[in-house]
Formats: sequence, C-alpha cells, structure tokens
Amino acid sequence: MLRDDIVEYSLEGHHSEEAGKTIRKKIWKVTAILTAITALEVILGSQIKQTSDYWEVIKWSFIALTIVKAAYIVLVFMHLGEERKALKYVILIPYFIFIIYLIFILLWEALAVGDIWAVSAS
Amino acid sequence: MAGHASKQIDAKTLWGGKMSPFSTSYGKLMMWFFLVSDALTFSGLLVAYGFTRHDYLGSWPIGEETFQSLPVLGHGYPLIYVALMTFILIVSSVTMVLAVEAGHRMDKKGVIKWMIATIIGGFFFVGSQAWEWSHFIHGSEFGKVELADGSLATVHGEFGELENFTVVTAGDHHKKNEVITEDLMHEYQHAAAAGHIEDDKITLHDGSVAKIAKHPNKDVELYIKENGGKYQMGDRVSGPEAIAMYEEAINSGEAGRLIYGANLEENEYGPQQYGQFFFFITGFHGFHVFSGVVINIIILLGVIGGLYHKRGHYEMVEKTGLYWHFVDLVWVFVFTFFYLV
Repeated sequence: MLRDDIVEYSLEGHHSEEAGKTIRKKIWKVTAILTAITALEVILGSQIKQTSDYWEVIKWSFIALTIVKAAYIVLVFMHLGEERKALKYVILIPYFIFIIYLIFILLWEALAVGDIWAVSAS
Repeated sequence: MAGHASKQIDAKTLWGGKMSPFSTSYGKLMMWFFLVSDALTFSGLLVAYGFTRHDYLGSWPIGEETFQSLPVLGHGYPLIYVALMTFILIVSSVTMVLAVEAGHRMDKKGVIKWMIATIIGGFFFVGSQAWEWSHFIHGSEFGKVELADGSLATVHGEFGELENFTVVTAGDHHKKNEVITEDLMHEYQHAAAAGHIEDDKITLHDGSVAKIAKHPNKDVELYIKENGGKYQMGDRVSGPEAIAMYEEAINSGEAGRLIYGANLEENEYGPQQYGQFFFFITGFHGFHVFSGVVINIIILLGVIGGLYHKRGHYEMVEKTGLYWHFVDLVWVFVFTFFYLV
C-alpha cells in the first residue's frame, strides 16, 4: 500500500539556474584539485623509492593528501558540508574515535607480533 | 545551507511522526547510515591489511614494483595503470554530481546525459579491474625464485624470448623431432614450477622431453625478499651472477623453486596473505562498483521513464549518487594503502 504521509524528499531539493552555475563551477574546481593531487601522488610514488631517506615524509604526505581528497569527496560531492551540523557529527565522529583507535592499536600490536616472529625464526 | 532549526519546515517533508530529523528525508538519512556501516567494513579490511603488512615489514611487496604494467605497452610504467583507474573513477564521480545538480534544476535531459556518462565510467573501471586481476593472476615472465641458498627473490629484467621446443623423446602426443611453437610460455612456466626443466630440456604435459631453444635473459636483477644462507632481505643482486643464479633455479629439476602469478595459496609477489588481501579488498570494492553500475542503470530507466519528474524531485538520483561517491571514496583509500605506501 502506498503511504501518502511519508514524503520522501529533503529541504533544498531544488535550486535555480543561477545557483546551478555557481555549483557547477565549484564541482569543476574540485575535479581539478582531485586530479592534481592524484597526479602528484603518482609522480612522487614512481620517482621516490621506499628505500629513500625521504620515504617517511613522502608516506605521511600521501596519507595527508588522501584525507584531503576524501574530505573534498565527502563534503562537496556528497554534499555533507551543506547538511546540518548534527548530521555531520553523527556520520563523522565514529571514524574519528573508533577507526583512529583501531589503527593505532592494531598497527602497534602488529609490530610486536612481527618482532616475536623474527625472534622465533632466528 | 540546508535546514536550520529556526527554519520553517515544509509540512510535506515531515516523516510519518511529523518530525524531520536533521531536516533530511528518510531515504537520504538511511542511505547515509548504510554508508557509515559499509565504511566501517572497509576500514576493518584495510586495518587488517595494515596489521598483516606490519607483521612482515620488509618482505611485503612494494606497489611500484608489483604494479608496473600497461596493456599493449608492457612493463616499466610504475603505478600508471592504477592512476588511470583512479582518474576514471574520479571523473565518473564528477559526472554523477553533475547529474544530481541537473536534477535540482529539474533538467531531465541533463540528468540522463550525466548518468549515462557515469555508467560508462563505471563499466570502464570494472573492465580495468578485470584486466588488472588477470595480469595479477598470470604474473610476470620471470616469476619468483628460490635461490640456491634458500633465499626468495623477485626477478626484474628482460626475459629472453622462447623460440621453440624440439622433441627428443616422444610422449603421448608429440613425435620425435617435432618442433613445437605454440603455447611455449605456458608450458615453460608450468614445467619450471613443477621442476620439469633440467639441462635445457623440458618434460611436457604428455611426458615427451624436448630441447628448449631460448634467447638468453638480459639485465636480470634479483630483489631478495626472504633471508637465505647467503643473501639477506633487501639485498639486490645483478650482473652475470644474477643471470646464472636464476638459470640454476630454472634448470635444477626441483619442484617449487619457481612461483608464477597468484592464487589463494601462493603468489610471486610476497607472502600468501598479500594475494588474499588483494583479491578480497579489490574484489569487494569491485563488487561495490558493479552493484553501483546496476543501481545507476535502474535509476536511469526511472529518469528516462519520467518517474522522478512526475514526482516533482530527483532525490532518487541524489541517493544513488551518494552510493556512487562512496565507492569512489573507498577507492581513494585503497589506492593509497594498497598501491602507494
């Protein structure tokens, strides 16, 4: 049965031609940024070896650039930036708390496990 | 800016309970909640990958060494292919957001145009991934080698072409003195892995023994990945010595000295888990892309049929768009953690 008391659309589901122009401009700008970041990553990744002295710096800049890319996708393409503050937090806070904790605890543990393997192998 | 608490909420947007949590529609909120849980799944997979990788440290394969082939052009292009795949997915994400934007202006033609572009991008990505998988499974010409001292090494260089096999002892299929010119590489790798090559003679599937005519390998460099009696992880061996060491393994007649390509039990790139993570993470992501393409096609049919235009809004396009961007988002992380670092 079709229920007519549930209407399935959000506020701001429409915008004018004028507003459309500004939005499209922003989309293309973000596209250029994402493409430039990916190109930069590939150039750095193929030119600088993992044995290089600069590798630590490169590795962390890759991770930082990835988070920048992810932020643009989520905030602009997925329009999370335009949602209400409460919704933003509901979606983002689980990662800031649990995933960062999970990464920290598991990678730390992994190094310990790796050490034990190295000891028992020798 | 969508919905502030102070804003008068249009009665039509209220849910069944006459409320509108977060000033957003029911469908959109539930899509977000699904994406939150799906993102946690992918986070779990990637963190598990990180855990295993940090266990192994040095012997774990390096992206730029493992993925450096292009269709037609061959080897020596580190990361270019995955970069291309990433670019395709980003572009299809852009066309999707343009479809959503056209929907907000009730521009049906614009929505159709951009959604078709998105679907094409999705197919290109899935196709690229199929090629990548096929290449990963079949592996390189050299494979991974266990050297005489017990160390394991990946091999880089120029593989000398196989010319033919001349049968010296007849088997079930081949007669004596027959010259075989077909399917040489497959037979050669199969025999090398099984230890059926000795003194430049190969024992074929049917039991016949043939003499191998092959150009010599050039510029061979061995990257040691696991410690042996003489070489340690991280060592590099090159020059005539490396060529001889590789030849010794090929010609030893011992099974298991060479591994080509990848399956769930072993792979030529690194530890067993590397292959399993590759198949599972990129496979799970590829399945998301595939289902995203299917959902996009279903929504596109609805757009073409005028269903959403009649409804007065294109929110269904927005919801499938959310899923599609999420797929792109996951790939951004897979690209970094599987291929770059």
